[in-house]
Amino acid sequence: MNNLTVEAIELTRLYGGREAVSNVSFSVKQGEVLGFLGPNGAGKSTTMKMLTGNLAPSAGSVKICGIDMIENPKEAKALIGYLPEMRPLYKEFTVDEYLTIAARLHRVSSKHIKKAVENAKERCGLGHMSKRLIENLSNGYQQRVGIAQAIIHSPTVVILDEPTVGLDPIQIRDIRALIREIGGQHSVILSTHILPEVEMVCDHVQIIDKGKLVFNGGIDVLKRQRIGNKLLIGFNKTPTVEELLKIKGVTEAEIADNNMMRVRFAEGAAPHEAIVKAAVKNSWGLYQIAPDQTSLEDVFVQLTFHDAAAEAA
Amino acid sequence: MILNIARKELKSVFASPMGWIILALLMFAFGTYYLNGVNDYFEVMSGAIRPAERYGVTQFVGQNVYGLASFIMLFAVPLLSMRLISEERRSQTLPFLFSAPLSLTEIVLGKFIGLVAFLSILIVYIALMMFTLNIWTDIDFGYILANSLGLFMLVASFSALGLYFSSLTSQPVVAAILSFIALFALMILDRFFAGDPSNTMAKLSLMNHFQSFAGGLIDTADIVYFVLFIVTFLTLTIRRLDADRLRG
Repeated sequence: MNNLTVEAIELTRLYGGREAVSNVSFSVKQGEVLGFLGPNGAGKSTTMKMLTGNLAPSAGSVKICGIDMIENPKEAKALIGYLPEMRPLYKEFTVDEYLTIAARLHRVSSKHIKKAVENAKERCGLGHMSKRLIENLSNGYQQRVGIAQAIIHSPTVVILDEPTVGLDPIQIRDIRALIREIGGQHSVILSTHILPEVEMVCDHVQIIDKGKLVFNGGIDVLKRQRIGNKLLIGFNKTPTVEELLKIKGVTEAEIADNNMMRVRFAEGAAPHEAIVKAAVKNSWGLYQIAPDQTSLEDVFVQLTFHDAAAEAA
Repeated sequence: MILNIARKELKSVFASPMGWIILALLMFAFGTYYLNGVNDYFEVMSGAIRPAERYGVTQFVGQNVYGLASFIMLFAVPLLSMRLISEERRSQTLPFLFSAPLSLTEIVLGKFIGLVAFLSILIVYIALMMFTLNIWTDIDFGYILANSLGLFMLVASFSALGLYFSSLTSQPVVAAILSFIALFALMILDRFFAGDPSNTMAKLSLMNHFQSFAGGLIDTADIVYFVLFIVTFLTLTIRRLDADRLRG
């Protein structure tokens, strides 16, 4: 058996004729953390609902460890831990009561329930909140209870819909560490708006826009795209664009902010030295040369914007 | 699994004062009627000269108490059933149940059994209260058992209908009002057809079928009616929840 834990095959979901998610296929391997990115209303939550069997896909199928979600929902659901966007907490219960119910409903055998609850509380830093009513917990702690509920039966696949919303920076760090830890043994799928978070915790990234998958690849691919073949150069005496284009390997040059020049070069070429030499020869007064890093935001905007442009055409 | 959900429902009824208050208030009402029944018994019976007009204390008090109980349940059940699903819809906790390894049938049955178990506490209390008459006279146990069974079937039917209306909306109050109206209509249906008791519409009335139990008669036809009623509404509820999954 292969070690694919989640397989989504051509998932499509229609809402009254409009495609909220169209033809999305991907797979997650064991021990992988998959980040789901996308602007609001892109179909992230809809996809997650379909993965967890909360929503029936209009077409396509979901397999969890090879078990079809539509044909054997009970077996497939037993392998999943899910934290929806809106935390499903019964506020009239205490943390302990709630987690016990969660463990029981997820078929943790009665002998192990106590241990499972303790374990989940410890991992989410809820130890001292056991006897508190969930209603009285702060937003961040409620979120932790939500996460504890999703991992209580040590599922093979953990699906978290925006898990770090409403947490303070320290809690976010803890939760990220926790996600990494879970990702070691199990598979994690998480959606988020926060791009650095994806860089920190995910092995694999998917960007979804208007229901379509626009990027699907390893985090290193995204990082490479981020660094790109660009240089940001600062001159005291700015040369003209034509002068720069004469240098071997330079394909594009433009004036950027603060009297800097942005230079794009061909894949594989390394014009750095040639530029420095030219600068010295023509006394352009070079004071800075550095690779131009596009922020992840820019990559994200690029990817989602391209799609919109293609659609308009 | 079904029982685990039922347990969760029972726990949540008792987690708020709601459950305790309803139990206390209803028992107070039934207790009052029971006392009144016992007090009035001699007065009424001494007025009845001919032996044919006289009947047992079990029936006299039982009529009082069970008549009130069937009427009060009409209000109490919608109040309790309203939150079963619509509250979960409103606070968005349904995904918790949907993503657990449970079938929709298990979820619906669990919720139904949870509510019926809570209401059964009342039925058992009433029966125990009636049994205390046995301390100073011989009572008709069969009559009380038939009435208890009838009340149980009636309450279970109310709960099934209430559960269905609760699955229709995300506003618990709307669910309560809808199920109250529906139950009330079904209760008094036979009044509209009083002139023609053989009418099919009259046969649909819940009260009509409770009457034979109230008289101490366990009729399988009535039991079948209640069971069918419950199965119908539970099936409708399951279908409604399934539609959620399909339509989103």
